[in-house]
Amino acid sequence: MSLWKFWKRKEVPVEEGASIEHGLLVFANTSEVIRAENLLRAAGVPLKVMGPPPEIQSGCDLVIQFPLIRQLEILRILEGERLVPLEAVPVTGPLLKPVDLFQVKDFGRYLMVRAANMKLTVDKETRVIVNVSGGGCPDVPYLAYQLVGQTLGSAPRPRHIGHTVCGYALELAFEEMERQCSGW
Amino acid sequence: MLGVVGTIPEADFPLMAGPVELEERSLKVQGRGIPVTRGTAALLAAACTCLNMLRQPPPFAFLVGDTGRGRGSAQLYEYLTRNLGETPFTAITFHYILPMVDWHNRVFFALEKMKPRPFLIADAGFMYVAKMSGLAPEYDLFTPDAGELAFLADEEAPHPFYTRGFILQEENLVPDLIARAYAHDNASRYLLVKGRTDYLADKDGILAEVGEPEIEALEPIGGTGDTLTGIVSALMAAGREIKAAAPLAARINRLAGALARPTPATGVEEIIRRIPEAWNAVYESPPKEINF
Repeated sequence: MSLWKFWKRKEVPVEEGASIEHGLLVFANTSEVIRAENLLRAAGVPLKVMGPPPEIQSGCDLVIQFPLIRQLEILRILEGERLVPLEAVPVTGPLLKPVDLFQVKDFGRYLMVRAANMKLTVDKETRVIVNVSGGGCPDVPYLAYQLVGQTLGSAPRPRHIGHTVCGYALELAFEEMERQCSGW
Repeated sequence: MLGVVGTIPEADFPLMAGPVELEERSLKVQGRGIPVTRGTAALLAAACTCLNMLRQPPPFAFLVGDTGRGRGSAQLYEYLTRNLGETPFTAITFHYILPMVDWHNRVFFALEKMKPRPFLIADAGFMYVAKMSGLAPEYDLFTPDAGELAFLADEEAPHPFYTRGFILQEENLVPDLIARAYAHDNASRYLLVKGRTDYLADKDGILAEVGEPEIEALEPIGGTGDTLTGIVSALMAAGREIKAAAPLAARINRLAGALARPTPATGVEEIIRRIPEAWNAVYESPPKEINF
């Protein structure tokens, strides 16, 4: 077995114990950090409380490191307790922002909105969600199963039943679709 | 034999490992039915169909239920580290799974022990984690769409959701994105990029393009990328060279899509049903650029 492949992996300048798969939650003050830590630990989320990297200019002098891929689930837990972080950012690039460009494609009777790697398509006549495509996290096929065939008004929101950043991207596509449809 | 690793969007679906049977509208593994919807089930249905056409054994699947919480994915990673080497696969395709870098690396150690090593194909969450781990060049084929290609091209992005805005996910920029992905060692040996035109590329650039038939309505249909990955996986497992298998798979997938006469509301199962017809049509009049 060759360990060389692992040794020659590209170095990513991150805090000890952190990796590309982690994110940081930034809060306004330390008491919020402690509350969030307790809530998330109780929910079984692996996390670590640490000092913020220099790129983060807001918040207090503690941040919570969390599994980035579970961002949607974690934000939902916190929002349920009215504990909204100032920021949730990737460890490897605290200045990275979610994709904020939407692509809208009109297929005549159908309208497709893409946000990051997720696409949502709606029948303009009935507002029924007819397809969900893109994405690679395991909640995507689940979300597609739950949403397709439902109207925009009756479908469960991806932010309520999704768990991952793919689910988060689908929520953004959903919100943009609602905005697009509001003028109909 | 083709191995397929992925998840099923049912919380109570147990971890299963076994050969897959394709029935009229569902798959069956160890007696349990799985509806053919988008995701790993669509990949498996397409692969089953093609392996049947090739008179090859059906795919052997490693499946677990996961609706995004990651518990099933963690269970599956752990199972793979102990059991992956027991079956002599010619190709293994890794698909929907929660990206977890440590677990990915442990599975990769298990893959390294396999002699001979099978072709390694990755799509969806497993492709994300292969890139995140820094081990992308160890894989033989990734099958990204344009958005996922932009993620591979962005050396800083931890997920497609965080791909930086200046790395535009435009189809006409695909050659530049491919070059950038290879420049930062974030691409597999070959890339099969799915989109309006399908591209096969390696570190030296684009090797083949398949743009016909062009059916615009396929873009919104969830699962058309999964079927392409399933078809190319079956061909590679049966011994076809990647350079022949990828354009052939792209052609079959596009033709199956066209034969389904799709609208943006069509389900992927309608396209899978057309694969045998598309397969026969492509094999009867193979395009000149494809060397059988």
